[in-house]
Amino acid sequence: MGRVFSAAAWFLVAPLAGAGNQINMSPGVTEMGGNIFELHMLIMWICVGIGVLVFGAMFYSIYAHRKSKGHQASQFHESTQVEVAWTVVPFLILIAMAFPATSTLLDVYDNDESELDILITGHQWKWKYEYLDDSGETVVFFSNLATPQEEIYNTQGKGENYLLEVDEPLVIPTHTKVRFLITANDVIHSWWVPEIAVKRDAIPGFINEAWTRVPEEGIYRGQCTELCGAYHGFMPIEVHAVSRDEFDSWIAAKRGIAAAQTELAMQTLSVDELMDEGKRVYDSACLVCHGAGGEGGVGNAIAGSPVVLGDIAAHMALVADGVSGTAMQAFGDQLTAVDMAAVLTYQRNAFGNNTGDVVQPGDVAGTKNG
Amino acid sequence: MGDHHHGPATGVTRWLFTTNHKDIGTMYLWFSFAMFLLGGFFAMVIRAELFQPGMQLVEPGFFNQMTTLHGLIMVFGAIMPSFVGLANWLIPMMIGAPDMALPRMNNWSFWILPPAFLMLASTLFMEGGAPAFGWTFYAPLSTTYAAPSVTFFIFAIHILGVSSIMGSINIIATVMNMRAPGMTYMKMPMFVWTWLITAFLLVAVMPVLAGAVTMMLMDIHFGTSFFSAAGGGDPVLFQHIFWFFGHPEVYIIILPAFGVVSQIIPAFSRKPLFGYASMVYATASIAFLSFIVWAHHMYTVGMPLAGELFFMYATMLIAVPTGVKVFNWITTMWRGSLTFETPMLFCIGFLVLFTLGGFTGLMLSIAPADFQYHDTYFVVAHFHYVMVAGAVFSMTAAIYYWLPKWCGRMYSESMGKTHFWISFIGFNITFFPQHFVGLAGMPRRIPDYALQFADFNMMSSIGAFIYGASQLLFLYNVVATIVAGKPVSEEKVWDGAEGLEWTVATPAPYHTFEEPPAVPKPVGTF
Ligand code: HEM
Ligand SMILES: [Cu+2]
Repeated sequence: MGRVFSAAAWFLVAPLAGAGNQINMSPGVTEMGGNIFELHMLIMWICVGIGVLVFGAMFYSIYAHRKSKGHQASQFHESTQVEVAWTVVPFLILIAMAFPATSTLLDVYDNDESELDILITGHQWKWKYEYLDDSGETVVFFSNLATPQEEIYNTQGKGENYLLEVDEPLVIPTHTKVRFLITANDVIHSWWVPEIAVKRDAIPGFINEAWTRVPEEGIYRGQCTELCGAYHGFMPIEVHAVSRDEFDSWIAAKRGIAAAQTELAMQTLSVDELMDEGKRVYDSACLVCHGAGGEGGVGNAIAGSPVVLGDIAAHMALVADGVSGTAMQAFGDQLTAVDMAAVLTYQRNAFGNNTGDVVQPGDVAGTKNG
Repeated sequence: MGDHHHGPATGVTRWLFTTNHKDIGTMYLWFSFAMFLLGGFFAMVIRAELFQPGMQLVEPGFFNQMTTLHGLIMVFGAIMPSFVGLANWLIPMMIGAPDMALPRMNNWSFWILPPAFLMLASTLFMEGGAPAFGWTFYAPLSTTYAAPSVTFFIFAIHILGVSSIMGSINIIATVMNMRAPGMTYMKMPMFVWTWLITAFLLVAVMPVLAGAVTMMLMDIHFGTSFFSAAGGGDPVLFQHIFWFFGHPEVYIIILPAFGVVSQIIPAFSRKPLFGYASMVYATASIAFLSFIVWAHHMYTVGMPLAGELFFMYATMLIAVPTGVKVFNWITTMWRGSLTFETPMLFCIGFLVLFTLGGFTGLMLSIAPADFQYHDTYFVVAHFHYVMVAGAVFSMTAAIYYWLPKWCGRMYSESMGKTHFWISFIGFNITFFPQHFVGLAGMPRRIPDYALQFADFNMMSSIGAFIYGASQLLFLYNVVATIVAGKPVSEEKVWDGAEGLEWTVATPAPYHTFEEPPAVPKPVGTF
């Protein structure tokens, strides 16, 4: 109710643009963002100027030339000079606009000489980031919505960054020309972070390019902007711009974790370890569709599912390859061997499934190679 | 032939088998109004869910079904058929013809529409739900990843494409062959001109749309890969084909609206339309340009720089003929003798709000800026300013303007004016704040949003409920007029109205101009 009033009150004070509501494009933090913002303001003010003239004439006419004031209609109905003038003048204004528009566009398209390349892949409904690096192992991870379902379904208060927060943000160094190579795995998505002025469609089978150079450390948030299915509204982007040093140590740490994962994949894990890890994977990758209690939703129920209670290899194949034509995607490339083993173990033993089966990372690697 | 002088048949067969342009026009208009209410209901569901952050009423998947059906039904079910209805009623009467050139086809082009929309609406009850990929149905979301109901959607699109093409052929044939002697092209009322040009656009682009959905059908059922990268196809190709249809489509929607406004503003200014010839040329140039700007909807797909520049310059150019039209309308009012009956109010509403939509269009045409606007609520605001405040407002003006001629009764002016003001205010409360949230970063087609967008979204929803409710007042006013309005019998219902349709009796008899009329004087001279 309070919000109804604030919205009503807002309407009254709208021209004052108070209450902290952003009403305009943000120039963001990058030079390009600033240029785009200026272009936007320039065109807007030109439109305002034309609008004042056009509407001014119209309202004057409405005021002065009304029948109720006894105004007699004159019968003129053409004037070649006037008509030529209002064709040519707008044309010249457009030519004037075209110059800054063209130069900004050239800048947007200048993808050369990047110092860091990041491959971004849109998946239903998460982003995958790969730091391309020909010297060592590439760092790869998925970035999922971190806002809990309880906040979305209103059983819990909403946090400050509601729907704009992820489990693992994209980290980039400041003062560095970063090039994004953008593609998609399933349907078309679009990667947009307004504050760094990058929006590019992620299209399966294509690799699009975009770039940024962020001068300021900070957290910049964005969202998918191309309708990509049911959870299109729930695949945000979070970019952390950090200093070069911080970035270097972050990426080193990431590589360490990747190495440890490979190590782990060789070992045999305890059931508890698998179940803990499995729950983590389930909650981030499966829960949206299959429900927190395995009760199902968009996807089938996991509790009591014949696949989950049946043959392990078939269960694994389904998770790895997905079910085409449905929301069940192929997780094979998204999950490490440890993740896969853990989530299979978890599904087979949680939600009252109690099969007692344990899947080890080695079993997964074995199948993948076999 | 004697039987031409009979009145309408009685009972339901009158409507089923009629070949009378007035009956068919009436059916188109009522059908489109029903679709307007259905599409409007879906919009209310959307705005109710967006009233507050968080998911309250519907699930995200269903939300997408609502946005998709809302768009499809409004574009193909409400706006387009309503203008075809208007064309049916008015074109023969405006050019002094007894009927449309191809009356039997006319009957068909109407009667295949209701089953098509019934089929489209029935997808809501199918397994997997209705289409949920947006009215632009981008592949592969609409092919590999679509619910099975997509096949019915494709079939529905085919049928309404056929209907549109038949309707357009009919209009072209009528205008080209059935003008009364002396009604030269450059004497035709603007409404006839704009429809003639629109009909050519329709004949040119509806087959392209049919091609697009047929390729989808093949991809879905026959193993082709037109739009699937995995099979060597190209998802971007879909967008090129769609927008090659889609951009002319938006002009198909707006050109007849331009025609309506060009009839009504002179009537209530008591002054001829300013710059008739330049209006005709501007309409034709808009139609031509509309074929070479389609990729301005695709600035972010990663086109080569040269393509990007070409489409940007071509799109900016459209502002020139569009500007000419607006200037001409205002100059028509200038030094006229203005009165502000309901049709005129809706036309002035159109002028102001359509021009605002034109300004945002110009902003969107600037490719680098569009990187920030694209697929946000700023675009949603833009196209509702041009399509609702443009096409729907002008359609409403047309109904109020010609209704007395059609049924021989006058609507309630005070109720009409109330309808205008509630619509105007409700519309702006709904859509003006959408510019703000769009610029602030809110993507379109999302069922839930970040907290900073909450206030404006609530405002938008409140406005939408107001605007929606005002349409019920409209319905009531129209029905009350038909049933019990004050009878009018002057041929010229409005003292400033010009044109042949105002020379026939009021209400317009079932058959008009069985003998061609004498065309009085060129349009534009009094
Ligand atoms: C001065 C004239 C106009 C210009 C320069 C213009 C420009 C544009 C541009 C560049 C876009 C793409 C924005 C984006 O997606 O990022 C757009 C979207 C759109 N415009 Fe216009 N426009 C104009 C007039 C109109 C008119 C008259 C109509 C219809 C009556 C219209 C209907 C639409 C629609 C429906 C969309 C959005 C389609 C969608 O993505 O769903 N526009 N316009
Ligand atoms: Cu367009």
